[in-house]
Order: sequence, then C-alpha cells, then structure tokens
Amino acid sequence: MPMTVHVDIVSAEGAIHSGLASMVYAPGEMGELGIAARHSPLITRLKPGDVRVETENGEMQHFYVSGGMLEVQPDVVTVLADTAIRAENIDEAKALEAKRRAEDALAGQTAELEYAKAQAELAEAIAQLRAIEKLRKMRSA
Amino acid sequence: MAGAKEIRSKIASIKSTQKITAAMEMVAASKMRKAQDRMHASRPYAEKMLQVIRHLAKASPEYRHSFMSAQREVKRVGYIIVSSDRGLCGGLNSNLFRTLLHDIKLQRAEGIESTFCTIGNKALGFFKRFGGTVEAQVAHLGDKPHIEDLIGTVKVMLNAFEKGEIDAIYIAYNEFVNTMTQRPTLRQLVPLQAEDNAPTGPIWDYIYEPDARVVLDNLLQRYIESLVYQAVVENGACEQAARMVAMKAASDNAGGLIDELQLVYNKARQAAITQELSEIVSGAAAV
Repeated sequence: MPMTVHVDIVSAEGAIHSGLASMVYAPGEMGELGIAARHSPLITRLKPGDVRVETENGEMQHFYVSGGMLEVQPDVVTVLADTAIRAENIDEAKALEAKRRAEDALAGQTAELEYAKAQAELAEAIAQLRAIEKLRKMRSA
Repeated sequence: MAGAKEIRSKIASIKSTQKITAAMEMVAASKMRKAQDRMHASRPYAEKMLQVIRHLAKASPEYRHSFMSAQREVKRVGYIIVSSDRGLCGGLNSNLFRTLLHDIKLQRAEGIESTFCTIGNKALGFFKRFGGTVEAQVAHLGDKPHIEDLIGTVKVMLNAFEKGEIDAIYIAYNEFVNTMTQRPTLRQLVPLQAEDNAPTGPIWDYIYEPDARVVLDNLLQRYIESLVYQAVVENGACEQAARMVAMKAASDNAGGLIDELQLVYNKARQAAITQELSEIVSGAAAV
C-alpha cells in the first residue's frame, strides 16, 4: 500500500479541498516544498502560487493560493490559505486606511485607495499568471 | 360621507406597505440561508488554526507571543463592535449596544477606559451619538463580507495592543442561536484565553521556516482575523434572521390594521347609505 498523507486546504471563507495524497508541493517562503507522508512537523508561510496535490493514482490537482500558512504533521498536511493579498506594508496601509475612515466618518468625509495595494495586486496577478502558465505546460506536455 | 374615501386611501397605503414588508421578509429569508451557509463554511479554517495554535502551545515553543501571554493589568480595553449596515432588523443592534454599554459601565466603575473599533454603519452612528474614541471603522461590507476588508480594522487594534495602549481586546457581536433568537455576545479576543495548556504525550516542536517568531506572529494575526470574520458572518446571519422576524411581524400587523380599517370603512359606508335613504324617505314624505 502506498504511503499517503491527508491534505486539507481551507480558507477563512470556506473549505477548498480535503483528501488523501501521496505528495504535496507548496510554494514555501524559503523555497518550493515537496511533502511526502511522515514528514517531520513543519510550519511555514506560503508565497502566492500554486499548491499541487498528487493523489494516489498519480493525478495532479492544482490550487492557487495567494499566500497563507502551511502546517505539516506526519499524517496530515494543512494549508491555511489566505483569501486576501498580504504583506506587512499593505496590512499597515489598510490599518491606516481604517483609521482614516473612522476619522473621516466622524468628520463626515469619504476616503480613497492606496498605492501599496495596487502594487501587491500586481504581484499577485503575476503569480497567478505564472500558475496558469505552468498548468498550460502540463496540459500540452 | 367624507370618512369613507379617506379610509379607503389609508387601506390602500397600508396594503402597499404590507407588500413591501412581505417582500423584505422573503428576501431576508433567502439571504439568511446563504449567510448561515457562509457561517458554517468559515468554521473549518478557525478550527484548523486553533488546532495548530494548541499544538504550538503544547510544543513548548521557544518564543511566547504577547497575544498568548497571561493577562497583564488592564487599564484600557479595546472593543471591536460588529453591527449591521442597515436598520429594520428589530432590536438586533440596540440589544447589542445595551449589553456593551452595561459592560463599559462596569469597566468604568473599576477605572478602566475603553477604545472602539466599529464594523458596520449602525455601530458608527451609535458612537457618533454616544461619544467615545473610535479608532478605526469599516462599513458597507455587503452580504458577502471578505476578510480582506477587515484586516485594517483588526490591525489597528492589534497594533494598539502590542504597543501597550490597550491591555485587552473584546469583540461584541450577535450570536446566532436560531432564527428566533440572537444573543448579544461579548468575547475576549486578546490575550487568548488559556485552555488546557498541560502538555499531553511526548513533547515535540515544529521546524519553523523562517523562524518561530515570524510564523507565530502571522498565525496569531490570522487567527484573530478569522475570529473577527466569523463574528461578522454570524452577525450577518443574525441580521437577516432578525429582519425576517421583524418584517413578518410588520406584515402581520399591517394585516390586522387593514382588517380593522375595513370594518370601520364598511360601517361608514353603511351609515352613508342609511342617511341617504332616510333623506329620500323624509323628502318623499314631505311632498
């Protein structure tokens, strides 16, 4: 019997995938990770990119994540996917915006958008494109 | 008779109001179902995250985050208040604010100040009237709130906590018990309440990439955000349920009102006919 590991991909807005896999590939912050069953416990951040799940019969399933956390236990791999684009400076910008919104609302004015957000959206779009390209290559091969 | 026509137009206007409330009731019912689905969909994420955090607590990590440490002396608390954007949902928001005010009063009696972050229009409106420092706010989340819209507001509070400006963060929202019952709830977010911290079984630790500090910071921030998101989604389901019930009551009341008015109208009409008849008869007798 081949060794398998249980994979859960969940985001805050809903469960995305759950099932058995022989191998999981994920874009870790320090580099691409390949996880087989009985991997030692590991926890890391994910970059925006492609999470691939290889099922027992060798089928490859692709999931796009815009970042998140990866937790590995010997018999279970959990991807806590972000639904939002994250980076320290964007979070900070969002915090400032929320503050300003409060000030404006109390003063009775409206707010506008940020530059940092646009930048991050671009980074995400590029990552998305890369994932799609990879998929295409897989299909044509 | 003059009354009859006025009553008729009143009945017509109440009927159109009833149509509107009946439509709102149906809309709220279908939205409630979707909101409930969303509520259930958000649970696995928070549960998984809690599992990981429990693991971390058990794994005796070399780094303890300030969110996880024991309660320090509380001088100022932060409240995140989740409310609806729109009214016409019964006493949902006012019940929540009443619970909140009660708590604030208790805290104030002990010399504890408070700071607020509001989610939703109604809470903001309330604090405009009530006064108090609103540090951050977000509104118009719509029927499908996204965690992305909440990050800023939560971050403001977490930053304030880390800087020591506030010593605890509470969240106030309505808990969805069932369609008829929504319970105003006040819950402590930070510091995380200690659960069964006693390590069970063999002690092990994770491999952290890049390091425990960064990973834990991120994980805890996401966990808090997911709790806030859950509260927002749950409050959304409450809003729809409360609106549905309120609109049903309004439709029923409109029906009762129409019945009563119809009776008055019939009487007025009958009186007019009788009067006319008696006038004709007396006129004929006079000839």
